[in-house]
Amino acid sequence: MSNAEQAPGFRIAPIADHALYVDFGEVIDAAVNQRVTALAQRVAAADIAGVTSLIPTYRGLTVGYDCTCIRQAALRVQLEHLLAQPDTAAARVRCWELPVSYGGAHGIDLEWLAGQHQLDPHELISRHSAVSYRVYMIGFMPGFAYLGGLDQRLHTLRRETPRLQTPPGSVSIGGMQTAVSSVAAPSGWHLVGRTPARSFVPSREQPFLFQAGDEIRFMPIGTDEFDSLAAQPDYLPQWAWRT
Amino acid sequence: MSSLTVLRPGLLTTLQDRGRTGFEDRGVPPSGALDELSFAIANALVGNPAGTGALEFTLLGGQFQVGPGGCVVAVTGDMEVFIDDQPVPPYQCHVLRTGALLSVGRALTGARGYLAVAGGFAAQPVLGSVSTLLRGGLGGFAGRALAKADVLPLAAPSQYLPVAARAPAQRFLPQGERRPLSVVLGPQQGHFSSAEIQRFLSLAFQVSGQSDRMGYRLSGPVLKHLKGFDIVSDAISTGSVQVPGSGHPIIAMHDRQTTGGYPKIATVIRADRARLGQLKPGDWLRFREVTVEQAETLWCERQRLLADFLDDLHRRYRRRS
Repeated sequence: MSNAEQAPGFRIAPIADHALYVDFGEVIDAAVNQRVTALAQRVAAADIAGVTSLIPTYRGLTVGYDCTCIRQAALRVQLEHLLAQPDTAAARVRCWELPVSYGGAHGIDLEWLAGQHQLDPHELISRHSAVSYRVYMIGFMPGFAYLGGLDQRLHTLRRETPRLQTPPGSVSIGGMQTAVSSVAAPSGWHLVGRTPARSFVPSREQPFLFQAGDEIRFMPIGTDEFDSLAAQPDYLPQWAWRT
Repeated sequence: MSSLTVLRPGLLTTLQDRGRTGFEDRGVPPSGALDELSFAIANALVGNPAGTGALEFTLLGGQFQVGPGGCVVAVTGDMEVFIDDQPVPPYQCHVLRTGALLSVGRALTGARGYLAVAGGFAAQPVLGSVSTLLRGGLGGFAGRALAKADVLPLAAPSQYLPVAARAPAQRFLPQGERRPLSVVLGPQQGHFSSAEIQRFLSLAFQVSGQSDRMGYRLSGPVLKHLKGFDIVSDAISTGSVQVPGSGHPIIAMHDRQTTGGYPKIATVIRADRARLGQLKPGDWLRFREVTVEQAETLWCERQRLLADFLDDLHRRYRRRS
């Protein structure tokens, strides 16, 4: 695949008469994903009449529009113009500190995973919680966050048979990624822990915690602290801007 | 306020409106009425503002008993309708007294019907919409399909007195049309050879039994990929035709996942979405290619015709009030 820093390649493709797709390449890569979220911010700031949705994913941005307000040809010109502008100074990033209770009943695959990678379970936990992960995209279920930046030593093929149900707040590993789930859902990923933070509460003033481009760092906590935080109905994890 | 008590819930009956917009970047699909035309006309017939939540039936209606105070209802879609066992026409509003029995039978053509009540159902919007998303348990009544003995509370009726005139809505009936569904190729048509794209555009596919509000699985011809079927996940739009490893296409519908990793050979245009929403298992369909400009013109024209039609219905209500 092309080197994202040297070759600012992209492709714009129609999604019928209701969206344009700006594709930056067939890769899971932080630099490519940064271009996606940076473009999403610029399109949002441009406030183009007729644009109805912006959906950033690993490798592309889908721009939904209403053709009774703007035609695709006109929207394409505006997007090309925004794409031609140099990336401005690094955007502000929201950095979350997310408490996670690792192993035991909260992470039923941790021991097995540690064995697979010939690591002490504690070392697996410290490796998993040592780095800041980038939220590449939200998808699969409402609020489900796909995170990039997993330690290579922890990359693990997904389960052959997905579990039919996993609890909300599950922190899991699948392939070269890790994830934070939001609601109870089936999953083929390996469960290493659980956060008491609820990343999707429809009735909350801010229903969602995370969005694409955020950073998440996991803070290991014990089961007592998990229970105490989980018991607080309005508990929110801490975050700070990083510029 | 009045209510409807569910005596028979039908096969899959959910509360739907025009869907929730603006949360696809957070993993929440739009949901909403699969046949937006029949849905819009049902609301107009009872004098509701556009986009008021209505019940969506799937293949089979249901039976309801009207609570104290009565209500005004309209059913759209090609459904059999009975009031106290007397057949009455759909596409017409009916004033129901306390204790009346409203029965909606099977869909004669198409897959979906809508029941609107004057004033709408009293349901709590979730993320700006009362649409039910079964996968996730959001919206509607407790996030699920109707069940026997549910009591559906109704909101205060609208200020307009309805007219007992039958709407000349036939020209909007999407299920009557048998033309191929129009698509714009892409966004991943490059994953298929031009010969394979020609097969996709010329062969007939059948809607399989494994079809629901998330997606329609098509049986029939198997499509071959040029370079593998796994792509790095991108966004999925309503109407996009995904081709998984099996080669059997899946048309993404309103409750789909917001992201996914199969190449999309083509996307059904906006104007044909309502027709798509009326397809049922066993139906055969074909695709034909149009340009983006043709698709946009069709949609703008369709929206103009619908707006004129709904305006006309609303004007009649105002004269009566």
